[in-house]
Amino acid sequence: MATAATTPEGAASSTPDAIVVRFAGDSGDGMQLTGGQFTLSTALAGNDLATFPDFPAEIRAPQGTLFGVSAFQINFGSRAINTAGDAPDVLVAMNPAALKVNLAALKPGGLIVADTGAFTKRNLDKAHYLSNPLEDGSLAKYDVLAFDISEKTIEAVKPFGLGNKDALRSKNMWTLGLALWMFGRPRKPIHDWLKAKFKSKPDIADANIAALDAGHAFGETAELSGPIRQMEMPPVESAPGLYRTITGAEAVSLGLVAGAQLAELPMFFGGYPITPASAILHHLARLKEYGVTTFQAEDEIAAICAAIGASYAGQLGVTSSSGPGIALKTEAIGLGIMTELPLVIVNSQRGGPSTGLPTKTEQSDLYQAVYGRNGDAPMPVIAARSPSDAFEVAIEACRIATEYMTPVMLLTDGYIANAAEPWKVPNPADFTPFPAQFLTEPRGEQLLPYKRNEKGARPWIKPGTPGMMHRIGGIEKHEETGNIDYSPDNHQRMTDLRKAKVENIAVPDQEVALGETSGTLAVVGWGSTYGPIHQAVRRSIAKGCSVSHIHVRHIWPMPKNLGELLKGFDHVLVPEMNTGQFKTVLRDQFLVDAQPLTKTSGQPFQIAELEAAIAKYFDGIEGNEGGEVAVNDQQLPSPVAEND
Amino acid sequence: MNAPVKIETTLKDWETDQEVRWCPGCGDYAILKAVQRTLPQLGADPANTVFISGIGCSSRFPYYIESYGFHTIHGRAPAFATGAKLANPDLDIWLVTGDGDGLSIGGNHLMHVLRRNVNMQIMLFNNEIYGLTKGQASPTSREGTKSPSTPIGSVDHPARPAAFALGSGARFVARGFDVSKHLPEVLKAAHAHKGAAFIEIFQNCIVYNKDVFDDFAAPKGAEDRQLWLEDGKPMLFAKDTKGLTLNHETLSLEVVDVADGDWKSAGVIVHDVTNRSIAHMLVEMPFGPFPMALGVLYDDPAPTFEDAVTEERAKASAGKEANLAKLLSSGQTWTVSGTAQDPI
Repeated sequence: MATAATTPEGAASSTPDAIVVRFAGDSGDGMQLTGGQFTLSTALAGNDLATFPDFPAEIRAPQGTLFGVSAFQINFGSRAINTAGDAPDVLVAMNPAALKVNLAALKPGGLIVADTGAFTKRNLDKAHYLSNPLEDGSLAKYDVLAFDISEKTIEAVKPFGLGNKDALRSKNMWTLGLALWMFGRPRKPIHDWLKAKFKSKPDIADANIAALDAGHAFGETAELSGPIRQMEMPPVESAPGLYRTITGAEAVSLGLVAGAQLAELPMFFGGYPITPASAILHHLARLKEYGVTTFQAEDEIAAICAAIGASYAGQLGVTSSSGPGIALKTEAIGLGIMTELPLVIVNSQRGGPSTGLPTKTEQSDLYQAVYGRNGDAPMPVIAARSPSDAFEVAIEACRIATEYMTPVMLLTDGYIANAAEPWKVPNPADFTPFPAQFLTEPRGEQLLPYKRNEKGARPWIKPGTPGMMHRIGGIEKHEETGNIDYSPDNHQRMTDLRKAKVENIAVPDQEVALGETSGTLAVVGWGSTYGPIHQAVRRSIAKGCSVSHIHVRHIWPMPKNLGELLKGFDHVLVPEMNTGQFKTVLRDQFLVDAQPLTKTSGQPFQIAELEAAIAKYFDGIEGNEGGEVAVNDQQLPSPVAEND
Repeated sequence: MNAPVKIETTLKDWETDQEVRWCPGCGDYAILKAVQRTLPQLGADPANTVFISGIGCSSRFPYYIESYGFHTIHGRAPAFATGAKLANPDLDIWLVTGDGDGLSIGGNHLMHVLRRNVNMQIMLFNNEIYGLTKGQASPTSREGTKSPSTPIGSVDHPARPAAFALGSGARFVARGFDVSKHLPEVLKAAHAHKGAAFIEIFQNCIVYNKDVFDDFAAPKGAEDRQLWLEDGKPMLFAKDTKGLTLNHETLSLEVVDVADGDWKSAGVIVHDVTNRSIAHMLVEMPFGPFPMALGVLYDDPAPTFEDAVTEERAKASAGKEANLAKLLSSGQTWTVSGTAQDPI
C-alpha cells in the first residue's frame, strides 16, 4: 500500500460550518460526473451548497496536459451558502497536471488527495514537474494523502473482467466513494444512479458500484491517522418545503415552460448549438408534452428568425445563445423591436470578444444587451443572479415580452448555466397568470394594428384571424395603421413611442439586499456576482463597516428609485466580471460617481477579494484588513480597481 | 392543397390600398397580377394566406397583397416562414425572395427550407441584378455583367437557382417568367404540391438589367427557344419540329429534329415530373444549344417538415401528463420540515 501521509504543524482539525472541496483531473477522468454526484449526495444530506464546474473548451484535450484539466468545486455547509467558495479545503488531484493547475488555490493546511498511480514520469513531464511533488517535500504546508487509486480501482473491479483501460474509468467512482465516506454521505443514491445510467450494461454498473464501495471501505478501514478523517456536516436550517438541486440551464428551461403556461401560450424555441447555452435546447427538447416545440436551426440567425415567425403566428417565441450567437441575432432583434412582437432571448454569457473563452464565465455582454443594435432600438434586459433565481427571471421575461409586445433579453452566464444549488421547489399556483390577448376584431371602424394600449403595447393579431389582414415589416410604419410611412414627423413619433414603451415597463422598486438604505458604501452588483458580493458585504458589516449590498435584476429599464437610493451613499462600488459596463450605465443614467471593480479572468469573484476592495473604503476600522486573496492568483490577474 | 376551405374571391379582393412603388414597367407588376389572378382560382382565403419576404425589390410584394404579410430582413424569410408554419401548420404561406436575397445572403436558409421540405410556395424573382441598391451584379448575373461594382465586367460564375433548389433536396422545381401567360398554371401547380415548392420566375429589371431574358422570353421566336414541360407529354418545342432525346451512351440530353410530328421515332422523351434524374439534366441544360426549360420541371411530394414535427410532438407527449408542479419537483428531492431532513 503506497500511502504517504504527512501533516503540517498546526493544521486545524475542528469541523467548520462549511467546507470547500475541489475535484480535479484530466478532462477524460469524469470529474464533472463525480462532482455532480457528490453534489446530489450533499443536497440529500440537507446541506446548503453551491458548485462551480470549470472545464476546458476541448472535449478531450490531450491526456495529462495542463490545459486538459477539468475541475468541479463544491462549497457546502450547515449555514447559507452563496458562492462556490474561495479557497478549497480539500483538493482531489487525479494526476500531476490537476495538482499543478489547482494547487495555488488550496488553503494553507488544506488536504490534498492524490492518485500516486497517475504520478508517472510521463505525466509529471506533461505537467512540467521536474520532480515528483508528492515526494520532494514541496507540499509540506499541506496535508497530503497519496496512494495508488488506480491500482486500488483495478483491484476492486477485477471480478468484472474489465481490461485495465476500462477498469481505470471507474477511478472517479472510487474517489467519490472515499469522499462520501469522508463526509458521512449515503452511497445508495449513487448506486441507484449508476444502475439507472448503465441500465443496458449491468456489468459496467456493477464495476462502478464495486469501485465506489471500495473507495468508501478504504476510508472506513484504512489504518490512517492524520489527514484523513471523517467530518460531520450537520444540515443547514432551511425553510420547510420540498427541495431539489438545479442548474441555471435547467432553471431557465423550467422558467420558460412556466412562463409560457402563465401566458397561456405554446412555446416555440429556436436554437443553435453553442457553449454554454446548448443545455437549454437539450432540456426543452425533452418537454414536448408541455406544448414546447424545439427547432434546431441551420444557424443562430435562423434560430431567432424562426422564433419571431412563431411569435408572429401566435406562439411565444424564444431563442437562446451566447455572445457570438447573440451578435448574429442582432439584426433580427431589431426587427422584433420594430414589428413589436413578443420574444425572449436568453444570453448565457461567456468570455469574449469573438470566440473568447467558450467555457469560462464573464458578464461582458451588458453593453451588447442594452445598446448593441443599429438605430434607436430599446429592449428590456433582465439578469438572473443564481441558478434558482433564473427560474423566476425567466417567468418575468415571458411576462414582459407578452404584456408589452417586445423582445426581452435575459442574461445569465456560464457560471449560472452550469452551477448547481439547492432549490426550494415553487408551487406553480403561486404565480399570477398573465394570459396573452389576441385582437380578433377591430376596436373601431378601422383595423389599426399599431394602435397602442395604456401600456404602449400594440395589439397581437394572429394570421388566420378573419377580417384582420394587415402587413408588418422592418420599414418605419405609420403610428396607427402600420403602413409604410417614412415621413419625418412619423419617424420622430415612432422612435419616441418605442422608447417610452420600454422605459415605462413596470419594474419593482429597488430594494437593498443587505445593509441600510444609506451609508458610506453601496456595493452594486448584477447577475452572478450576487453570491460573493453578498458574503463580502455580510462579513464587512460584521466588522462594523457601513456598507450595503444592492443587487439589480432589472438592467433595462432600471427601477425608478435606483438613482435616489444610490445618492444616499457616499461611495458606490460596482464589481463586475467585465471592464466596467454596468458602472458606465449607472453613471449615464444617474450621474452617480460609481467606481468599477473589474475581473475578467474567466473565474467568478472570490469573497475575499471583494472584502479587500470594500475594506479600502474603511480605513481605521479595527480588524479590517480584508480577507486573504488566495485563489489562482499565481495564474490569474487580480481584479483591478480603476479610477477612469 | 393548402386551403382546407375554398373561398370565393376576385382579383380585386387581393389588392391593398397601398400605392405600388416599383419602377414603371418592372416585371414585378406582371407577377403581382399573375398571383392576384391565381389566388381566386385556388379558392384561397385571404385570412389564412401569408406572404413572407426578405429584402429587395421583390420583397415589397407582401404590401400589395390583401392578406397577412411579413416583410422581414435580408435573406432570412425562409426561417421566419418555417417558424410561422410550425406554429400554425394551417397557414398557407407564400415566400417571396429574389436572386440576391435568396441566393446570396439567404442561400443558407433557402437550402434548409428546401431540404426540410416545409410546405410553402417559394417564388424567387430572378432579375440577375441588385435592383434596390442600384444595379450591382448579383449571384445570378452572367459572367461579364457590367455594373457599378463590376465596371469591367463580373468574373464570378453565376448560380443557377433551379439547380440549387434541386441539389438542396427540393421536391418541386418549376420555372416561369414575369409576362408569361403560363405563369398562373405554374403557380397553381406549386400550390397543389404539398411541401416546399420552388418557382424560379425570370423577371425583367427594366432599369438595371433591361431585357436580359429577351434571348428566350421575347415574344418573337419564343416557340423556338422555350420548352414548356407538361407531365406525360413529349418534350417538344419549335412548333413540335424539335424535341429532346436522351443519349443513352453519354447519359445526356440532346436536341433532335422531329419530322411530320412523329416524335416517337425521333426518340423524344416523355416528361415524367417524378423523374429526378431527368430533372437534374433539365435544370443543368445550358440555354443556347438547348431551349429554356419552363413549367414544372420536377414534382414528387415527400413528407413535410411540419407534419414530422407535429407527429413527433404527439408521439413524445403520448401518455404523458403536462403537470408543471410535477415537472418542477422531478429528479431527486428532499423535504425540509423544521430543521429535520427526510431524504426521499
